[in-house]
Amino acid sequence: MNKIVIDDMFLTTDMPTTAGSKMLEGYTSLFEAEVLTRLKAADYVIAGKTKVGEFGADLLGETCYFGAEYEGETLQYPAAAAVKSGDAKAAVVMDVNGAPRRGAAQNGLVSLKPTYGRVSRYGTIPVACSGETVGVIANNAADCRDVFTAMAGYDSKDGTSLPESMTEQGKAAVTKKNKVVVLSSMLKGTDEAVQGRIAAVTDQFTKNGIEVVVADADVVAYAGAAWNILMSAELCNNVSRYDGVKYGYRTKNYTNIDELYTNSRTEAFGEFLKSAILFGSETLSTENYKKVYDKALRVRRVIRDNMAALLADCDALLMPAASALAYSRTLVEGDKYLPYKENFFTAPASITGLPAVIAGGVQLVGNAFSEDLLLDLAELV
Amino acid sequence: MEYEVVIGCEVHVELKTKTKIFCSCPTDFGGEPNTHVCPVCLGLPGTLPVLNKKVLEYAIKAGLAMNCEIAHFSKFDRKNYFYPDLTKAYQISQFDLPICKNGYIDIETSEGKKKIGITRIHMEEDAGKLVHQGATITTSAGSLADYNRAGVPLIEIVSEPDMRSAEDVLAFLTNLKAIIEYTGVSDARMEQGSLRCDVNLSLRPAGQKEFGTRAEIKNLNSFRAVERVIKYEIDRQTDILESGGKVVQETRTWDDGKGMTFSLRSKEDSDEYRYFPDPDLTPIIVTDAYIEELRASLPELPQVKRARMIEEDGLPEYDAGVITASKALADFYDGVRAHYDDAKKISNWIMVELLAKVNAEGMELEAVKIQPEQMAALLKLVDSGDISGKIAKKVFAEMFATGKDPADIIKEQGLVQISDEDALKEMVSHVVEANPKSVEDYKAGKTKAMGFLVGQIMKQSRGQANPAVINKLLAEKLDSM
Ligand SMILES: [Zn+2]
Repeated sequence: MNKIVIDDMFLTTDMPTTAGSKMLEGYTSLFEAEVLTRLKAADYVIAGKTKVGEFGADLLGETCYFGAEYEGETLQYPAAAAVKSGDAKAAVVMDVNGAPRRGAAQNGLVSLKPTYGRVSRYGTIPVACSGETVGVIANNAADCRDVFTAMAGYDSKDGTSLPESMTEQGKAAVTKKNKVVVLSSMLKGTDEAVQGRIAAVTDQFTKNGIEVVVADADVVAYAGAAWNILMSAELCNNVSRYDGVKYGYRTKNYTNIDELYTNSRTEAFGEFLKSAILFGSETLSTENYKKVYDKALRVRRVIRDNMAALLADCDALLMPAASALAYSRTLVEGDKYLPYKENFFTAPASITGLPAVIAGGVQLVGNAFSEDLLLDLAELV
Repeated sequence: MEYEVVIGCEVHVELKTKTKIFCSCPTDFGGEPNTHVCPVCLGLPGTLPVLNKKVLEYAIKAGLAMNCEIAHFSKFDRKNYFYPDLTKAYQISQFDLPICKNGYIDIETSEGKKKIGITRIHMEEDAGKLVHQGATITTSAGSLADYNRAGVPLIEIVSEPDMRSAEDVLAFLTNLKAIIEYTGVSDARMEQGSLRCDVNLSLRPAGQKEFGTRAEIKNLNSFRAVERVIKYEIDRQTDILESGGKVVQETRTWDDGKGMTFSLRSKEDSDEYRYFPDPDLTPIIVTDAYIEELRASLPELPQVKRARMIEEDGLPEYDAGVITASKALADFYDGVRAHYDDAKKISNWIMVELLAKVNAEGMELEAVKIQPEQMAALLKLVDSGDISGKIAKKVFAEMFATGKDPADIIKEQGLVQISDEDALKEMVSHVVEANPKSVEDYKAGKTKAMGFLVGQIMKQSRGQANPAVINKLLAEKLDSM
């Protein structure tokens, strides 16, 4: 049986969807996420939901209102844990800020974050709409491919969904070069374990006749900073609809509409989310828009061009998915800004919408529509 | 001191698409609260907007009709503010790349002709409607929200500050409304709220170049309110300036009952909308071919139609102006004109009989039952002498009330004019015999008696006798006596 689990970011009509927030505790949707409808039609059975950090924006789910998951003293991503333990064949996940990729890398699983627009976002809790993607975590590339195939494809309910003609054209343009580029600028701050994984995967590719070269790309290293701005701004805007008026948590402590808004949100949102809201709100103010938000948009375009150029004569850019393969409780609880720092490694694919695959504890970022090629590479690892 | 008035307008027009801007809910007026809604227009988490292509088409048509440049690249932005009539806490609108810009509308007032610049036209979604238990949201124990209007497509038309009087503004709005009606993109009815106007008004010493500080008066929903607001604001601001004060830049609201404007909020509190490009909507790319296709599909616009009525049909400017100010009226005129040649006669009937009845009934022109062919038939019956002008008015009233054909009404009510000499001779003889005194008077030189006799004959014929024939026959009869 094709048992899968889904992140608590996908709307379901038979169980609540909370996005890991007190704000949506007990919230049940009137409609179902498009991907779930497609997966059910392909005979996948949804075994349950896995916890996520508040609105899926954190490191590995540590900001979840319903409690973080630790294996001993190591922070664990619940979706990855479910796959690893054999509870599910695969996990369907929401990649807002790289958490599923970090989770897969940490557990030695395979994960696919597809090209932006290939999988419908209809029925997923919106957070950072311009870059977030529905993804898969599985034990191997074949299972990732199966789940991806079942849920991908044009959806008229999602205005950013790519039409089939465009996908076919894009896929046809992908040619195999048998070459992978290691981005040295992305190795900054990684520990020995991660560097060891990079070396091991490099060996594995070389053994299989794939040329591996090293290149420097300083511009890509700015993806994290730019994504923090774009993600926070979009997050701030997307969670504004939770105002205590129509659904979700409502404070008991109010005498007028302003208190209703303020107290509901103050009482229901966690600290990390509040910091993202405040930061995002500031980036969009009249004073900062040009020099912060608009600049981040321009940086995004530069990175996109830069990575397209790098990918023009190779199959994938090889880079870490995280600075370490495990995060200790002390580290996580001691540094609230870790999600903003660790997305240094995941943001290049988030901000550009390029597909990424995690295998052997490392990350391969490829050309648009090159999911198949990336999964082929993953099979060699 | 002498002050010059400077006025610009922001006009919101609800587009007449069948469905909302980002979902397939109907845009119809008057449903029970919250019956024309779905997860998308309710802004529930997980929903995504998909642009209704008709909205883009209508916005471009409106822009072309107002002589705008159409943007080849345009986008939607999110405008953030908290208010319960807004389902997502942001409104999808267009900020820095509107679909249309740099257009104008021609107006004509007692000061002559001029162009009023159109800065921009952008697309956006409407919000829902709140009903407060008390006067305002802050003083009410509770408020009810109806989201039927949430997601109804709007265009916002922003003018340049080119207007200098209430007369300018009314001429601008009249022409704007007519253009919108002609293009068919909206009903543009102020009383239903499908056309709403904000007025920006400031004063400056006559001859000064810089603009004074302006007040923005929101959501005016009748021409009369616009006119009253302008008069009121000119007086209010003049008083402030005359007494050495400073006008505050602020948003004000109009209380129609009190006939006054009140401060809603000062500009400093309201300017922070945190606009940013909507990531869920891909940029709008418009090709030249599409623009030209829409340009070619535009109907004859009021300005052109007016000129044609004056030049080709020989109508006075005033008549042409009144008729073209309303699409329904102009369509009716064209319809009659297709079956009947005398333009001035058509115009007279429209301006005198039709408009009097419509105004008396307080009804919409669209609800008029008379078809243009029927109107043409009535005019032809008068020309042919089948009925008199007086009877025609009677027939017209019946047509207006029932929508029946004039020929049927004439037949049913026996209203045909009697011109048959044999039939009338009998009536003449009868009346002459019955009124020997009048005949004597006439013979004695009292010509007035002739009039009395004609009146008697008309009465006997129930108004149907042809007066010219009666006059002739009576004169013959009296002369022969
Ligand atoms: Zn709807």
